[in-house]
Amino acid sequence: MSMIDWLVIAGAVAAIAWVNWYFFAAERSSGSATVTGSGVQEVGITIKGGFTPAVIRAKQGVPLRLVFDRQETSSCSEEVVLGDFGVRRFLPAFEKTVVELIPREPGRFDFSCGMGMLHGTLVVER
Amino acid sequence: MATRVEPNETHAIGERIDIPVSGMTCAACQARVQRTLSRQPGVHDAAVNLMTRTATVNYDPETASPERLVDAIRSTGYGAELPVPSRTALEDQGAQDRAYAEEYLELRRKAIVSLVAGLVAMLISMPLMTTPSHGGTSGASDPFMHWVASSLTPLLQGALPWLYAIDQRLIAYGLLVLTIGIMGWAGRHFYTRAWASFRHHSADMNTLIAVGTGAAFVFSVFATLAPGFFLERGVAPDTYYEAVIIIIALILVGNALEARAKRQTAKALRGLAALQPPTARIERDGAELEVATDDVRRDDIVVVRPGERVPVDGEVVSGASAVDESMLTGESDPVKKLPGDRVIGGTINRTGAFRYRATTLGASSTLAQIVRLMREAQGSRAPIQRLADRISAVFVPVVISLAIATFAIWFVTAESAPGVRAFAAAVAVLIIACPCAMGLAVPTAVMVATGKGAELGVLIKGGEALQRAGSLDTVVLDKTGTVTEGRPAVTDVVVVSGRSEPELLALAGAVERQSEHPLADAIVVAARERGLTLGAAEAFQSHTGRGVTGSVGDAVVAVGNARFMADLAVDIVPLSEQADRFGGEAKTVVFVAVDGALAGAMAIADPIRAGSRDAIASLGRMGLKVVLLTGDSERVASAVARATGIHDVVSGVLPDGKVAEVKRLQSAGRMVAMVGDGVNDAPALAQADIGIAIGSGTDIAIEASDVTLMRGDLAAVVHAIALSRRTMRTMKQNLFWAFIYNVVGIPVAAGVLYPVMGVLLSPILASAAMAFSSVSVVSNSLRLRRYDPRVDR
Repeated sequence: MSMIDWLVIAGAVAAIAWVNWYFFAAERSSGSATVTGSGVQEVGITIKGGFTPAVIRAKQGVPLRLVFDRQETSSCSEEVVLGDFGVRRFLPAFEKTVVELIPREPGRFDFSCGMGMLHGTLVVER
Repeated sequence: MATRVEPNETHAIGERIDIPVSGMTCAACQARVQRTLSRQPGVHDAAVNLMTRTATVNYDPETASPERLVDAIRSTGYGAELPVPSRTALEDQGAQDRAYAEEYLELRRKAIVSLVAGLVAMLISMPLMTTPSHGGTSGASDPFMHWVASSLTPLLQGALPWLYAIDQRLIAYGLLVLTIGIMGWAGRHFYTRAWASFRHHSADMNTLIAVGTGAAFVFSVFATLAPGFFLERGVAPDTYYEAVIIIIALILVGNALEARAKRQTAKALRGLAALQPPTARIERDGAELEVATDDVRRDDIVVVRPGERVPVDGEVVSGASAVDESMLTGESDPVKKLPGDRVIGGTINRTGAFRYRATTLGASSTLAQIVRLMREAQGSRAPIQRLADRISAVFVPVVISLAIATFAIWFVTAESAPGVRAFAAAVAVLIIACPCAMGLAVPTAVMVATGKGAELGVLIKGGEALQRAGSLDTVVLDKTGTVTEGRPAVTDVVVVSGRSEPELLALAGAVERQSEHPLADAIVVAARERGLTLGAAEAFQSHTGRGVTGSVGDAVVAVGNARFMADLAVDIVPLSEQADRFGGEAKTVVFVAVDGALAGAMAIADPIRAGSRDAIASLGRMGLKVVLLTGDSERVASAVARATGIHDVVSGVLPDGKVAEVKRLQSAGRMVAMVGDGVNDAPALAQADIGIAIGSGTDIAIEASDVTLMRGDLAAVVHAIALSRRTMRTMKQNLFWAFIYNVVGIPVAAGVLYPVMGVLLSPILASAAMAFSSVSVVSNSLRLRRYDPRVDR
């Protein structure tokens, strides 16, 4: 094998390592819900190729209002699914859609787009 | 607008409304509005938000109303408006439909234009492929294109000689411009979406397409601008412009077909959502006027003429008609409506005209609830999907890794033109991988099946219920109201010679009309059903536990059991043979005596529903064990079991006993469906693996049960189970093909067959395979629409 071959192999190994680190291990954006005057905690989530923030922290037992703002027409993000809360909602493009729920149990609850390609996590804390 | 309380969302809150408030400038204003609202009767609590300028009020709809709340805010000197109605399930459905339709049209337009561009590109790139100076004979460029080129070249050279006379560099630049145009217009969203996902550390189908076509494009541009770099190293400066365009075109074709098919999966739901007529005719201030259906208020009197759709739910006040409810219940015969009866918005009035009082509106209407429940059901996930979910979450990064590895392996091992081959194989891996087919496999089947169920009057709660209903092996049927009608009716009438059946029923009915006994009701109904007019009875007397007496015209009539007849010294021997037969069928026998002599007898029983016997036979043929469960005596239970062909009977059970019986069957390893009326049988329905509630057409007990039947007909149980079984089959087929497609396609694209068979997949063929894999999955799910309950049992 030539020098170039070795370089290509080394480059490939590095590229694979980077791809896996980037998509699986790198830190994702996170945000916390804030309690509004009406006793409901609220958080805005922008959808454009993914959820921003992708990790949402909320308090247990306080009604939670998730305001999804879908800033794209990609069919991947036309629905949001919060499986643990039995919620699936159609999200019109370039509109805000409110999903309300009461996080009764603490824990980590994944949510995703309708096809399961975009992911986010709702972290319910005591 | 008031939001309906949805379970698991806002249980504790109650009916809630958000009212926009204007004019508030400080915390004091906020406190004032809040205090005023809190003092209103019927208000549980009120919270005013200064930032968003809204008052959120939880109130009791019985005592407070949105209008009163707005007035209360205005009385404090601030502005308030009734909120713009939030979308109901019906409107949501409409919005989604329009989005799907737009998506389809746009994709179709882009797909057609790119296909044409792709064909043109293929044609004009022919000379590039066959010229030795470009290494056309190396076989290293796209293998599919190479094959096309070698078979078409002689033909083309004859037909379009000028094409071969053009400077090849000019052709290459022309292709470059065309490719930029297609990538920037038709394929633009692949790149923008891939980039947006990338920034969120996520990757999807767009990432694969963008990386694959992007790499091919960059390579081609390099080859076009600096061919010398390649030629110096003895490698042909091949370009992939036509491949990039055709890949984009084929994927767009696939996406367009998929968008169209997705629209069809929601067709049943769209049909339901379209049932509500846009306008309603109501009476206000003594005049009839036409208003938008959304403007109908509670307690408005609505007028419906023959042939019109019933706009909203309500209760008939006057008039009579037959209403076709088949679109909601699957029941084909029109249902008679008299004053006091409930009518459902979206059904069609057939024969007569009637006026009715509007009761439930907007989001709480039956139709909106069905559509909402169906939308939730269609969106729910089936457990079988978990594996697909886990795979698709890691799929794209894994495929990118595989593509990089493919490139390295080819680069190191290929004998000739390693860079080009490595490149083509890596691009093919990226392009053929299709996470969409896996993502669509189960949800599309759930969507089509729940929609089909709704058409048949079977509301299935979601994917999980479908999956469990598909693996049932035991069906427990409650007797009263499920196998039988649930109310006593006259089943047989016999008369002594000289008397007629109508005469007997008219006399007995006239007397029984004054009685409140359930059996009396059955006799009155039987008389009315035969169109008899019931005279007035005088000197009515009720003899508890035995019967009633009274005089109708000149006749003295006694109606009662055998003991009552004996007390009155009426000889029942002439009819004793028939009476014994009725008794043997577990029917109650009522004798009628006129002027002291026996006139006839009637048998009263809870009649078996039409269709119960057929449905139970169908369940048996489907391999299901059918158990009859009832609180009635063994004699009555076994008479019903005999008549319907059920072999397993459990009688004399208390409501708690029903739960225990279901548990007992489950502990014997059986998957049990319990079929009952949703109210009395609720605990047993909840205990069963699948609770099937028999609805009376309007009350949707679906929250408590897994399956709700919109009509009281056991055939719907057969449909529910048969449809679920078929859906499970479809889901398994879909998952199998989606997995196999990727498991076989990716290695072939990577070139594993090359050393053995010399097979190398072209990126163009890979894109075609990718485009049609998801289309095939959706099409397979759409076959469920053709499910015919009459054939499939």
